[in-house]
Amino acid sequence: MITITLTTGSLLILLGLYALLTRDNLLRIIIGFSLANTGVHLIIVSFGYLKNRTAPILNDTMIAAGPETQIVDPLPQALVLTAIVIGFAITAFLLVFALRLYHTYGTLSLSKLVEKS
Amino acid sequence: MVRKFLIFLLLVGLGFVFFTLVSDYTLPEALGPTARHYGEKGISETGALNLVTAVLVTYRGLDTLGEVTVLFLVASIFGFYLKPENTRRPSPPSPLLNTASGMILPLILLTGIYIIVNGHISPGGGFQGGAFLASAFLLALLAGTGRQLSTRLFSIIESSSGFLYVLLGLAGLFFAGGFLDSRLLPGGVPGKMISAGTIPLVSILIGLKVGTELSSMLIKITHSDGES
Repeated sequence: MITITLTTGSLLILLGLYALLTRDNLLRIIIGFSLANTGVHLIIVSFGYLKNRTAPILNDTMIAAGPETQIVDPLPQALVLTAIVIGFAITAFLLVFALRLYHTYGTLSLSKLVEKS
Repeated sequence: MVRKFLIFLLLVGLGFVFFTLVSDYTLPEALGPTARHYGEKGISETGALNLVTAVLVTYRGLDTLGEVTVLFLVASIFGFYLKPENTRRPSPPSPLLNTASGMILPLILLTGIYIIVNGHISPGGGFQGGAFLASAFLLALLAGTGRQLSTRLFSIIESSSGFLYVLLGLAGLFFAGGFLDSRLLPGGVPGKMISAGTIPLVSILIGLKVGTELSSMLIKITHSDGES
């Protein structure tokens, strides 16, 4: 179970990095960044996993049984929530730069941008 | 050619790093000391049933404040890079979208508010609910009903909620255990709507701030889609 999420996360990071390094279109580079970002989130959140446990949202039976024996680690989840919002902010930032470049130069292709500037 | 080879080498190297990470990873049997503290004491210290919200708002409240600050920074940079230069008339939205948005919008807003105010007792919280609210405004923009929305009201709500958030944190410093301590208000009965000290208040402030920030970003993008 944990192997699947870790592998998926790693593959997403590699795929995203490949897109970042090889693509010419700015939008595809941003999509690559987004993919790598999602991969990192998957890996961090799976480090909090423990077998046969449930989400850290308590109810009466869990409190009676002792919450620390019932829940997975809440800390990576909180950190990933932060990371998702920061990732969103950076993606939005990149998109605004791309939009501005398109308004100024009329193209999103990196090689053409290098020629024009 | 050399460039492609280097990229290939980099990816294979990283792939090897990830492979060792995945193959050597063994599941821990019990929680680490920090998580164990959250599990054992979380409910008596904060009164929140949703421990993720408790960690986010109280134990790591400073992180959340920093995160909100980053969002604020990005929203301000948006205004800097995107000048309002829209002179083109946008194409009219489809009547289907226009009619449906009127019926769906209140429901989306209601769900967003529900998620925000129940963040301490069920899955949810300020960020998730705020994103919900912003999606409602995105729908309004797409349907054309939100084109006259002004960003001024949004920025007033946004700055005042951010200000109140910091004030709540400072009040915790003086009247409770520390910066952003949720025990400023009585904990109450866990599971009730009004419980968990200041956590619901902070959730509402974060929800308002995130929702208005995202919405004003969307409005700015929509207003600047003309050719410059």
